[in-house]
Amino acid sequence: MERVSLTGNDAVGTAMAQINPDVVAAFPITPQTELMHKFAEFYADGKVNTELILVESEHSAMSAVVGSAAAGARSMTATSANGFALMWEIVYIAASLRLPIVMPVVNRALSGPINIHCDHSDTMGGRDSGWVQLFSENTQEVYDNVIMAVKIAEHKDILLPVMATFDGFIISHTQEVVELLSDEEVQKFIGKKEMYYPLLDVKNPVTYGPLDLQDYYFEHKRQQVEAMLKVPAVVDEVAKDYAKLTGRKYDFIEIYGPEDAEISLVALGSTAGTAKDVVDKLNDEGKKVNLVKIRMFRPWPHETIVNALKGKKAIGIMDRSDSFGALGGPVFMEIRSSLMGEIKEDITANYIYGLGGRDISAPEIESVYNDLFEIAETGKVKNRKTYLGVRE
Amino acid sequence: MSDPTGWKNIPIGGLIVESGNSHDYKTGSWRTYRPVLDEEKCINCHQCWIYCPDSSIMIVDEKMTGFDYDHCKGCGICAEVCPPKVAAIKMVLENE
Ligand code: SF4
Ligand code: SF4
Repeated sequence: MERVSLTGNDAVGTAMAQINPDVVAAFPITPQTELMHKFAEFYADGKVNTELILVESEHSAMSAVVGSAAAGARSMTATSANGFALMWEIVYIAASLRLPIVMPVVNRALSGPINIHCDHSDTMGGRDSGWVQLFSENTQEVYDNVIMAVKIAEHKDILLPVMATFDGFIISHTQEVVELLSDEEVQKFIGKKEMYYPLLDVKNPVTYGPLDLQDYYFEHKRQQVEAMLKVPAVVDEVAKDYAKLTGRKYDFIEIYGPEDAEISLVALGSTAGTAKDVVDKLNDEGKKVNLVKIRMFRPWPHETIVNALKGKKAIGIMDRSDSFGALGGPVFMEIRSSLMGEIKEDITANYIYGLGGRDISAPEIESVYNDLFEIAETGKVKNRKTYLGVRE
Repeated sequence: MSDPTGWKNIPIGGLIVESGNSHDYKTGSWRTYRPVLDEEKCINCHQCWIYCPDSSIMIVDEKMTGFDYDHCKGCGICAEVCPPKVAAIKMVLENE
């Protein structure tokens, strides 16, 4: 295993090259990030056998991989922010046609006003699209998630697209030490792609994407639900195999700090890394707290969340995107509905933070824990939704 | 046994996994008007056969014999292209 210092983009570009997909379609201009640039370098150097298609928009990029995946090709693309928004129509179609496309997404704010920095408003908007969504805390995790995503997506019980997301700039442009697998190890791990009615099998013609009206559309949606229900078992199986190879085992969530702490903070993405430092500091000071980091957001790991959070005296939920006009951000709403009936009093508080790349500091996270101490003591939530770090 | 057309028994993703099966899709129920042939008047010019968009004109041994009502959508093109002097096809309301 090679230990190198890479940016998140370079690590993901490397993972893609090691996966060596049959087809990669990409919009080559911003908001595309350097990860595709990196992959294109591998391509130019003849290190991959991929058919690299540079298209005129993200809508076309997603359309191209829908076509190639239907043809039977292992297909990938990548995007970020407004690029993801422009793909929107086809993002749903990829999932509906049950095409195992893998897409790294650099989490960045959706305009407007125009902003290119990190928040989760792009992929959180896609949480109902039928894609599996894996969030990553750091460069190592996104490298690992992208490789595992191939196996998850292509599993015969699943056949759904997977997006592996990582925080724009905070991970995508920051150098970190990463352990890389060898190309052979990656190839052996992902294996040969199993075919499911490939369009290029001209001896057995099939139709993809026909009109599907009142008589069958509902049944096909029900099948999508079923595939999603099967995802957790497969994610776990793939993670176990990956752990055998790398020693790194990933669960749907990660509990950092004492499991029996009565005060928990929930976060995802790079903020989980910052929060871990705060958890260490507070526990060193004798204040027992933990962090629940969510890795798999879709499908939502309901049981795991309930087990991790029931019996707590105060729960803070960090959201790096808002759902305008809703009770709280997307993570908050999921957590609260999971905890319905599992907690007696309402002891949850939502913190919207870091929109448009606004920095989130350790002292700010500590201030959230301080709020949680108060909730635990009084049993009362003063502010259900707090905008952390915004100027009044 | 669950329903053979239920979600557990059909191909995923809306895929149609066999070819040439549009024949099994009975579009005849879409009809409001139904073409009716007057065999006495018909001169077997095959204009209706050429123009029918649904291959629903039935010809046996070069003789126009009627319509495939399982697939005829009742568009009325056959009646329109039948030579005016002949007018062998009449469109009548489906419930008549
Ligand atoms: S009504 Fe239309 S579909 Fe029916 S036989 Fe005539 S041309 Fe064909
Ligand atoms: S167009 Fe009229 S005359 Fe010609 S074959 Fe058809 S029904 Fe007969």
